Amino acid sequence: MVNTSILAAETPSPVMPHLAEVILGLVAFLLLLFVISKFVAPRFEKLYAERTAKIEGGIEKAERAQAEAEAALQQYKAQLAEARAESARIRDDARAEAEQIKEELRAQAQEESARIVAQGQAQLAAQRAQIVAELRADLGRHAVELASRVVGESLEDEARRRGTVDRFLAELDSVSAPAKS
Amino acid sequence: MGRLVLAEGETFSPPGVKDFILPPIFGDVTKPMVLVVLSVVIVSAFFLITSRNLKVIPSKWQFAAESVYDFGRNSIAREQIGSKDFKPFVPLILTLFTFVLVNNLFGIIPVLQFPTMSRIGFPLALAVLVVYPVYHYVGFKRHGFVGYLKHATMPPGAPGPIYLLVAPIEFLQKFILNPVTLAIRVFAAMFAGHLILLVFTLGGEYLLLHAPVALKPVSLVAWAFAIAMTFLEAFIQILQAYIFALLSANFIGMALAEEH
Repeated sequence: MVNTSILAAETPSPVMPHLAEVILGLVAFLLLLFVISKFVAPRFEKLYAERTAKIEGGIEKAERAQAEAEAALQQYKAQLAEARAESARIRDDARAEAEQIKEELRAQAQEESARIVAQGQAQLAAQRAQIVAELRADLGRHAVELASRVVGESLEDEARRRGTVDRFLAELDSVSAPAKS
Repeated sequence: MGRLVLAEGETFSPPGVKDFILPPIFGDVTKPMVLVVLSVVIVSAFFLITSRNLKVIPSKWQFAAESVYDFGRNSIAREQIGSKDFKPFVPLILTLFTFVLVNNLFGIIPVLQFPTMSRIGFPLALAVLVVYPVYHYVGFKRHGFVGYLKHATMPPGAPGPIYLLVAPIEFLQKFILNPVTLAIRVFAAMFAGHLILLVFTLGGEYLLLHAPVALKPVSLVAWAFAIAMTFLEAFIQILQAYIFALLSANFIGMALAEEH
């Protein structure tokens, strides 16, 4: 403050640049510009690119997940409908099958009963035939015996005897058959 | 402020240009020179340390650095140059902004307390030796020599004879005035701001030491104003750094623009 008057006398204009300051300012600025453009800006730009990618990736992922969920839902719905149809089909099938089995059983039972009846009839017929045969034999013998007693003469001739009996029986048959049926 | 002569005989000499010419600290190195180097160290260190391990989800310091980078990149460079061409100029604009900002803020930081940009040499170096060549270079490169001259001096849409008037004005503005006013704008703001702070601070000191007892309390008023002015200065310093970077980006954007 004391020597201001001395300095004031030779004070240069403030708008006259000092060459040293211009050069230093330029060099300092270029140095800083170098540091920033070489190291700082690339790092930040890389970060921005990364961040953009990440956000875009996130959105894409979310969209994909949503699409997947949608697809899964559709699939489940389809499967559910299919299962319902399947169960209905199975129920119908079972019902039809039961019907069929019932029908079969009924047919089988009818057949069986028919068979049993037929068998019984056959058996009866056989027994009857046997009885008839037996009776016929007995009847022949008794008739012959009776006749021989009645006639008092023995029918020695075998052939003649059989012929007579047979003829008699045939007559008997022809008489009894229409009456029986 | 006139020359105030008081009873003690001590005269108050108002601060002036002489206060901006500081004695060398060592050799020929003066305080502003040291401050400029310091600003380079501060900005480099800030960005290099905070950007060392950048994460997609930022930490507190990374967020701070990103905010500054974003401001230079999106708010200034992209706005002024356009999203098509701005990428290569981001480092330049960011450097201009942070460099000027830190050097301006030196004006209100205790101990340092000198805005480097109040020395015309520094803003002149930036405006005339960096911004000026850059925007003309990209302009000539984009439009060709004649094309750029026409692009720069003959805005389309004016009726023929007007160009006799417009072209010289545009030429003068683009090739001479723009860089000079760019430098002078920040220089003048810093110079005047620092001067105002000096006036209030030294005036208050003088009143306290040398004024009659009745006038001594007035020094408190002066210092209160000095403090208020410091806040105003902080705002202006940031604003001037922003304007410097904004106009630089604007010149580049205009030089690159397809239409005027």
